[in-house]
Amino acid sequence: MTAAAEPLLQIRDLKTYFPAGRTGPFGLTGEMRYVKAVDGLSFDIYRGETLGLVGESGCGKSTTGRTILQLIKATSGEVMYDGTNLVTLSKREMRRMRRDLQIIFQDPYASLSSRMRVSRIIGDPLTIHHVASGDKKRQRTGELLKIVGLSPSYARRYPHEFSGGQRQRIGIARALAVNPDFVVCDEPISALDVSIRAQIINLLEDLQREFGLTYLFIAHDLSVVRHICTRVAVMYLGKFMELAPSDDLYSHPMHPYTQALMSAVPVPDPDVEDSRRRIILSGDVPTPINPPSGCVFHTRCPLATEHCRAEVPAWRQLRPNHWVACHYAETPAAHAMESVALAAEGAGG
Amino acid sequence: MTLSARDQSTLLDVQDLRTVFSSPRGQVTAVNGVSFVIRPGETVGLVGESGSGKSVTALSLMRLIPSPPGRIEAGKVLFRGRDLLTLSDRDLRRIRGKDISMIFQDPLTSLNPMLRIERQMTEALALHMKLGKRAARDRAIEMLELVGIPSAAKRLSDYPHQFSGGMRQRVVIAIALSCDPSLVLADEPTTALDVTIQAQILDVMRSLTAEFNTSVLLITHDLGVVAGMCERILVMYAGSIVEEAPRREIFYAPRHPYTMGLLKSVPRLDRPRADRLQQIEGSPPDLTRVPSGCPFHPRCPHATDLCRNVVPPLRPVGSNHLSACHYDLSIEGAA
Repeated sequence: MTAAAEPLLQIRDLKTYFPAGRTGPFGLTGEMRYVKAVDGLSFDIYRGETLGLVGESGCGKSTTGRTILQLIKATSGEVMYDGTNLVTLSKREMRRMRRDLQIIFQDPYASLSSRMRVSRIIGDPLTIHHVASGDKKRQRTGELLKIVGLSPSYARRYPHEFSGGQRQRIGIARALAVNPDFVVCDEPISALDVSIRAQIINLLEDLQREFGLTYLFIAHDLSVVRHICTRVAVMYLGKFMELAPSDDLYSHPMHPYTQALMSAVPVPDPDVEDSRRRIILSGDVPTPINPPSGCVFHTRCPLATEHCRAEVPAWRQLRPNHWVACHYAETPAAHAMESVALAAEGAGG
Repeated sequence: MTLSARDQSTLLDVQDLRTVFSSPRGQVTAVNGVSFVIRPGETVGLVGESGSGKSVTALSLMRLIPSPPGRIEAGKVLFRGRDLLTLSDRDLRRIRGKDISMIFQDPLTSLNPMLRIERQMTEALALHMKLGKRAARDRAIEMLELVGIPSAAKRLSDYPHQFSGGMRQRVVIAIALSCDPSLVLADEPTTALDVTIQAQILDVMRSLTAEFNTSVLLITHDLGVVAGMCERILVMYAGSIVEEAPRREIFYAPRHPYTMGLLKSVPRLDRPRADRLQQIEGSPPDLTRVPSGCPFHPRCPHATDLCRNVVPPLRPVGSNHLSACHYDLSIEGAA
């Protein structure tokens, strides 16, 4: 990331709450409760970068991606794109913006209509956004298939005739059809076979270079994120715990949650696995309906104190462009945890 | 390493197992002549992608293949010398859940949502261990404590939905280990779980199976998981074992081009980013149309006419190292 990076999207205090019934009997009376899926996020996405969003299931990473695209309505906050606040747009105005803002979904089986031919799956966005019609549309569809590594003759086929990896390529072609600036990649390889994943990662990287795309890359696999992302945000219970340039995050993880996550990822290397220690977190992720007071991570944090239970940690920049929400990120205890998290680094042959 | 001992007693000896399914598009050979052994106390990894036949292998060992459409067509599964495939249903039931137990991927579907945990835990204990109600309950509590479930006695009266995913998998492990099995078949036991929970569960499995000297067949697609858990690793592709070796050999000196390709294609947490991942071209084959010759040949960078025509046998390429490739490839040769 260069210092002169220009923000493509500016997200400010974004909140997405889902109603979860009332507190009273049968959820009918009493105070309204909410699942705070996204709870006050502020960050920029720079033009041309891949911003990784990692966290465990239920942390709000997918909701964040969808809220940015207004596929889920934000409860409050701003998403500034090109001088426009997307949150306040009408459905119709937002539809026009979708030419620039696209998404690739996780499950290539669920995200393509089984009743449409590939020509229509990829061609419909061209029609809807008045990009091309008739012969030009057909030509463009063929072109897009070639771009994602499929034969243009596949346009006449239906999704069931393709493997998982090929379907994901079709999903990518659909997202690229309208020449977007920004693509949310929502776990785009998690559902794919191991031997196919590298193909799709390479394809996404090639496309980014060729078309100057900006990605928000949502994933739970920290190894993949390290490979593909320029910057990485670590999310827990709707909030950011840490945000840093990828290299810095992986060489200096400062938040205890990031450290625990990193130490838990299995590495395909027996020597590394034998020599490393793990930070085993106790317990499970609390429910986002009633998140813990103070720091939301305190119930599982090995460093937690009274202070963490009482006070929400400030979002502080502790290294260049490296932001952390932890009261104790620079203490010796945190450094000790960092060395455990990094035990894997360099130990392999 | 237990490998030197060919004469050492084997617990499970699978010989030329073949399981087929009939489908509208023709017969599918999901497991195509698989042979391997598991020794007492050993953890063996069975690695492969979806459709490679790894789960069907595990189900076949326990004769849990739904029939029709499935059928175990050939082979032997010798458990302590007795062939499970020819055992009477009654004799087999005495072994299932007692000497050999299973842990499945999704703890939500392997527990009965309508029954309290106590009932699900004590059923097998009463049946296999002939424990009375009180003793079975005590044993259930002891097992729940062993797998790290807080206030175990209280939680016995809970239903599965009252547990989180990680806790549910702990319950499943507790059930699997409760009758003191000598072999546990664990089919993707942590795939449905988050990484921090996966670390907890693998930790529990590792320490308990070591404590009780239980053998484990650990089935997974995750090379990282087997690297830390298994002594020996079997790599499966399109229904066949294509490579078998002690784990260090598999990771540091793989001989089959599929294993090499897989290892090179996965990004690693402990390595700074490479420019581009090395990818394996193509997709795993459709099992109704398995390629001729070596099933991996359409994706193999080294394939020749020999590979296209002749199925390579799984042959020794080093001590305790088997590979199903016609050629003598090493990492250097393949690079």
